[in-house]
Parts: sequence; structure tokens; C-alpha cells
Amino acid sequence: MSDKKPERREFLFTASYAVGAVGLGAVVWPLVDQMNPDASVKALASTEVDVSSVKPGNTITVLWRGKPVFIRRRTQEEITEAKSVKMEDLKHPEKDEDRAKDPEWLVMLGVCTHLGCVPLNDKGDYDGWFCPCHGSHYDTSGRIRKGPAPLNMEVPKYEFVNANTIKIG
Amino acid sequence: MSEHEYTPASKFGKWFNDRLPLLTLASHLTDYPTPKNLNYWWTFGGILTFCLITQIVTGLTLAMHYIAHADMAFESVEHIMRDVNYGWLIRYIHSNGASMFFLAVYIHIFRSLFYGSYKSPREIIWIIGIIIYLLMMAAAFMGYVLPWGQMSFWGATVITNLFSAIPLVGEGIVTWLWGGYSVDNPTLTRFFTLHYLIPFLILGLVVLHIWALHVPGNNNPVGIDVKKPSKDTVPFHPYIVIKDAFALLMFMIVFAFFIFYSPNILGHADNYIEANPMVTPAHIVPEWYLLPFYAILRSVPDKLLGVIAMLSAILILAALPWLDTSKIRSAVFRPLYKQFYWILVVDVLILGYMGAMPAEGLYLLIARVATAYYFLHFLVVLPVLGFKEKTLPVPLSITEPVLGGTPSLAAAKQKESFEK
Repeated sequence: MSDKKPERREFLFTASYAVGAVGLGAVVWPLVDQMNPDASVKALASTEVDVSSVKPGNTITVLWRGKPVFIRRRTQEEITEAKSVKMEDLKHPEKDEDRAKDPEWLVMLGVCTHLGCVPLNDKGDYDGWFCPCHGSHYDTSGRIRKGPAPLNMEVPKYEFVNANTIKIG
Repeated sequence: MSEHEYTPASKFGKWFNDRLPLLTLASHLTDYPTPKNLNYWWTFGGILTFCLITQIVTGLTLAMHYIAHADMAFESVEHIMRDVNYGWLIRYIHSNGASMFFLAVYIHIFRSLFYGSYKSPREIIWIIGIIIYLLMMAAAFMGYVLPWGQMSFWGATVITNLFSAIPLVGEGIVTWLWGGYSVDNPTLTRFFTLHYLIPFLILGLVVLHIWALHVPGNNNPVGIDVKKPSKDTVPFHPYIVIKDAFALLMFMIVFAFFIFYSPNILGHADNYIEANPMVTPAHIVPEWYLLPFYAILRSVPDKLLGVIAMLSAILILAALPWLDTSKIRSAVFRPLYKQFYWILVVDVLILGYMGAMPAEGLYLLIARVATAYYFLHFLVVLPVLGFKEKTLPVPLSITEPVLGGTPSLAAAKQKESFEK
């Protein structure tokens, strides 16, 4: 049997299965993809925030794509503290300069990288944020220092449209 | 299926049964030979069927008034509570019904663990049961999201974020589950759809669960094979039916106590605050029935490993028939296993308590020890025990320990060795 040449019938079977699999995939994919973000959700991709009233040491929270974004105007001590941290002490090493282009302004998603809770302001062992859900501590640069979260809080794409307005997204 | 041929008495019955043998099925179910020594721990299968039907009926009626939309869900639940005739009653039955369902399923599972009901030839019954249990957790979780309170929202956020622990594709999967960049309206509508679907999947699996049960028949407290039908069995109807009905009545008293006297004691006050994506409640806790697994998740300091540990804690149960190497089913004849069984019960209760406490200091330490022991029980204790344990003599039949009857082979041998 084994050294017998493949017959026309076997070729037909294989070809039928292959066409059937492609057809099935073509039907299943729309059913799966309909669950991905739709056009109306994607349309809300950017938001502009007026930050002129934020005083040093204060944080405002705005909603962007359904998620809170922290905009913190940092004090000089906080900036110094963030810059003085050694890279080897960090679980997810990132320089403060890379996270806050203008050191006075820290803009990041207020979402804990563990399981997505909103961390609390001015709390925790590192003078930054503390997540009440599972106890992750973040420093004044929003970097993870202690607890189960694997990564620093994410810095979204943003830019200063003018001196008083930040555009997120 | 049936051990005997069934012929309907009436002419029409015979005509119908020849075309669709429903009467044969009914006769099989009523005459189904059941071990006569079943105790009250065996009544929870019937109780669970009752729970499932209660959830489906109250769920269908709630769905007539509930609106699955992020802007209206919270209000529509309050509308059910205040305006809909008997809405408060139906909703309280449904929300407490979930807890009662889990209470019953945990007793049902721990009964299996004690009497070795998962062992050959009942592995498939057991595995179907585990799948039902997983689906129950999924249904309960998604149902808890529907009122769109603070606990709903943040529970949904935390649980869906578990998938983000998967390397590479994790974030993509979470976005796909949400239908957006956070838990929002698309998430709510799909959760409602799935919450509506799953009970019917469970119903189908329950039919398979019972079908698979009816092939070898029930296990029993002595854990030995029973010849059926024989002196060791009684017909399901009326003997088991009336016993199950009595147990169900007792269960319904407990159920009614929760509904009428403390309908919110098992919930969280935070869920009467509407969902707010800007503020996380200070203390997020899942419903009580998920707490042991939540404690396992939190006791591992690494995100991915924590998720893996939590899932393994559930899936390890499916491998139980092969992890337990002992040929003896019932813990009654396994003096060592009996002790480890109760340690496991206490361990799970401790995990449940730790899951409700903040994950820090001593709580975290205890949760870690309890997590380690949980896995130790299944991966080390059970496999080793099957080889090391000296089991007690097992009777030859159910009737024997009560009536004397035929002495068991093992007992006879033991007596012989004493006489020498």
C-alpha cells in the first residue's frame, strides 16, 4: 500500500479538505473580528486637554479611550528624586528623561500594568502612586518599584499643541 | 441504556414509543437501580439541577426588564428592584441563587473527593463536571458585570486583564475581549450575550453528566462496585426521589433565609455605586466562591506565573483520576487519605479567607503556604499515598457490614493472620 502512487481520488480528497478549510476560515474570521474595536471606538482616538490651571504638585485625571490618563505637574523635588534612581534598582529600567520629555510634566496612563486598576495619587513607598488592588508601588516617574506589576505605567503618545494644551493620542 | 425491555401498557404508548422511545427513557430513569446506602451528601446532584433551573427561569424574567447598555444598565437594575412587580424578589433569587449554586457545587465536588467518585470507571463524569464548574464560574463572573456597578466594572477589568499576562498576543486578546481600549459598552453587551448562552451549554453538559453517570451507576459511601439491579440497590423512584426532595426542601430553607433576611450579605456595597472608570474602589474582592483562586493568583509575585498558578489550581482537578493512584475509592477505608482530605478542606477555606483579606504581611505569607500546600496535595501527597497507604479491609457488598452476610476476603485473610 505504502509504495503505491497517490491516486487521483486521494488528490481530490486533499484538495476538497483544503478548499473546505479555507472556506471555513473565511466564515469564522468575520465572526471573530466583529469583537475587535469598531470604527466608532477607533474614532475617539485623541483628546485635547487644557492644563493651564494645574499647579506644581498637582495631578489631573482625564479620560482617553475609556482609560484614565494622569497629567502631573511635578515639583522640583519629585523630578530630582526621579532622576536620581539608579537603573539597576528598576524592575523595568527606563530613564526619567525618556518618560517625561519636559521634566515638569508627566503624562501617563493611570492604569496599573498588573491587572488594570487605577493607582492612587501621592501614595506608596516611593512618593508616587500605589495600586490598591494588589499592592504595586510606583515612583514619581510612574515606574514600578515594588509589587506584582511587571511594567512601568505606560506613557501614551502626546504633544503640547501650545503652552497650555496637551493633545493625547 | 436500560437493563430490561420496556413495553408501554397502552396501544398508543406502544405506537409512540416505537417511533420515539421517550417512555423507555422515562422507565429507565424511574427504575434506575441506585445503591441503597447513599447518604445525604448524594442529594446535591438533584439540588444542583434545581439551582440551574432556578437561575434559567429567573434569568429569563430579569432579561425582560434589563437593558444591556453602559448608560442604562445600572438604572435598569434599580428599575427592576423598585418598579417591576416582584422584581426585587426575582433579582434577589437570581443573585443569591448564584451563591447557592456554588455552595451546592462545592459540597458536590468535595463529596466526590471524599468518596473517590472520580476514579475509574467514572473519569468522564468527573471531567464533564469540571467543565460545568468552569462554565459556572464564567457565567457567574459575567453575570456580576451586568449591573454595571463599581465592583462589576473593576472585577471585569481585573479578570479580563488576566489575559494580558500571555506573552506577545496578550494585549491583543484583551482589546479583542473588550471591543475597545477599556471595559465599556461593547464589553457589556457581549458579556450579556454570553451570560445568556452559558446556562444552556451547562444544561446540555448536565444531560451528558447524567448520561455518563447512568452507564456505570452511582458510586456509594463504601466505594465498591455494585451489581445492579440486586439486593444492594433500590429503584430511583420513589426511594431516591423522595430523599432528594426532602434534602431539596432543607436546602430551600437556607436559600430562602438569604433571599428574605439578608439578600445583600454575600454582595459588596460598592456595587450599588455606578461604574466609574476614573476611580478604583479601595478594596477589590471577587464574590466569595472565587476567593480561593483569587488568593492563589495574588500569592505569586509574578504576573504571568500568578495567572498560570490560578488556572492550574482549577485544571489540576481534571487530572485527579490519574493523580490519585489508590485503587480504593472511599476515604472510609483510607485512614491516611481521610486526614489529608480534611487538611485540604481546611487549606481551601484558609485560601478563601486570605482571598478576602488585603494581600500583604502575614496574610500574604499564609496565602503562600496554603497555595504551596494545595499543589502539594495533588502533585505529591495523592500519587505517593496510593503506594504507601495501608488501607482497611473493604467489604464485599453493601449489605455485608450491616447484615453480616458474606465475610470479605480481606477481612478473612486478616483474621487468619491474627490467629497465626
